[in-house]
Amino acid sequence: MSDKRLSIEEAVATIESGMTIGIGGWGSRRKPMALVREILRRDITDLTVVAFGGPDVGLLAAAGRIRRLVYGFVSLDSIPLDPLFTQARERGGLEIEEYDEGMFVAGLRAASARLDFLPIRAGLGSDVLPANPHLRTVQSPYSDAEYVAMPALPLDVALVHVNRADEQGNAQYLGPDPYFDDLFAMAADRTIVSAERVVPTSALLDEGSFHTLLFSRIYASAVVEAPRGAHFTTCAPDYDRDEAFQKHYAVSAKDPEAWAEFERTFLHTDEAGYQAAVTRFHTDRGES
Amino acid sequence: MTATRAEVAAVACSDLFRGAGTILASTVGIVPTIGARLARLTHAPDLLLSDGEATLYADTPAVDEPFREPEAPFAYARLFELIARGRRHVVMGAAQIDRQGDQNLSAIGDRDHPSRQLLGARAAATNTVNHATSYWIARHSPRVFVERVDVVTGVGPARARAAGADRFQDLRRIVTDLAVLDFTGPAGTVALVSLHPGVALDQVTAATGFPVHIPADVPETRLPTDEELRLVRERLDPRGLRDREVTAS
Repeated sequence: MSDKRLSIEEAVATIESGMTIGIGGWGSRRKPMALVREILRRDITDLTVVAFGGPDVGLLAAAGRIRRLVYGFVSLDSIPLDPLFTQARERGGLEIEEYDEGMFVAGLRAASARLDFLPIRAGLGSDVLPANPHLRTVQSPYSDAEYVAMPALPLDVALVHVNRADEQGNAQYLGPDPYFDDLFAMAADRTIVSAERVVPTSALLDEGSFHTLLFSRIYASAVVEAPRGAHFTTCAPDYDRDEAFQKHYAVSAKDPEAWAEFERTFLHTDEAGYQAAVTRFHTDRGES
Repeated sequence: MTATRAEVAAVACSDLFRGAGTILASTVGIVPTIGARLARLTHAPDLLLSDGEATLYADTPAVDEPFREPEAPFAYARLFELIARGRRHVVMGAAQIDRQGDQNLSAIGDRDHPSRQLLGARAAATNTVNHATSYWIARHSPRVFVERVDVVTGVGPARARAAGADRFQDLRRIVTDLAVLDFTGPAGTVALVSLHPGVALDQVTAATGFPVHIPADVPETRLPTDEELRLVRERLDPRGLRDREVTAS
């Protein structure tokens, strides 16, 4: 069987400007942050980003990499709003397609089943429809009911981060919620799976039951080992959200000078440099 | 015992779940969370509660303490299935609510250049056309209760009817720090239900940025029972988080 392991640089080098990328996780939970940081290091721009947004969206929007954002919300969870995203919106120029979360899920489901659309009750009567004039409704052939015809959200590439994967891309989550990573993978032409640890297939059941295997290698095209690759979002049970660091991110984001310093310290470096700087951040705060 | 404003509001939130049966209670905010848990400990024992993440829990801890007794897994994907099935009552917040009962969580101002970007649509549209929906407004003010919301995320009665999306709509109430309101005004507009003890009618009309429908009879919101007060003070919120959310005494 084919070994799909790539370095983070090799994997992200396959993403081209102008692509539609789906980013797994949810808010500030199990986001493929190492893959996002690698996009930031590269000259990849003009992206259409499809996500239940968190700091992934904040960072990409602030760096001007997003041409169009398809989302239902952007939140840091313990901090309600992501300052980088709200600033990008309030500056203007960020093209958005805002969907209700239920519609968003229907769009991924449609894409994963290669359907043009799926009918959904949600959205009728709300401003989601007038704000997205391409949206159409569909009449039930069986009753008088009318539904939103939520268009498919097909992806060129999906980026997801999981707790464990094997080298073929069988992906496992060990935390409480799979989120919609399997749907993102199924809705995409290609999926880059980053994992806390890449383990032999035979070791996939060492830490979790059979039901923690989220999706199979059918849906994975590349596997990247990225320890602490979801930092600073939660990747339970491997680690929780780094609340102190997230707060530092959010506070820094509100002040241009502090943000420049944040970028110098944490983003103008490779992944190993980022992780080392995070360790120093905690050491300097008197945490071991 | 004299109840505080926050305690009156918490009990009004508990009353939202009277007769709810076996459904999921989802709440945003301290006071509605106390309300849902109070409901489960008193009149609505079959309510389901989650940690807002991926698990349903059988125990009913204080609002600032973690749940400890998992009852069933409940991933987000299941939540959207449950919403479509309708077995849920959500108490959402709102940046704005207007006379038509439309709600805004998304942004203030122009769509392409908002003066204040908020969360986004979240699932307000899904919630309001699928199952019981109430709102909690911690500070009743003309900034929240506006003539017209900037973005309609949660759908009010008139728009739902016009869009043919009222079949499963079940808008219940708006609980605030001053009063309880609902959607029984003319054509489904916002109407006053009761005033919290110590609140004058003109306080509410002054704090509402549109002419709220005032029925002939406006009673006082009921006071908590001694048992409810004991549960709120000793069991559900011993550290008084409710008083940070509602400042009026």
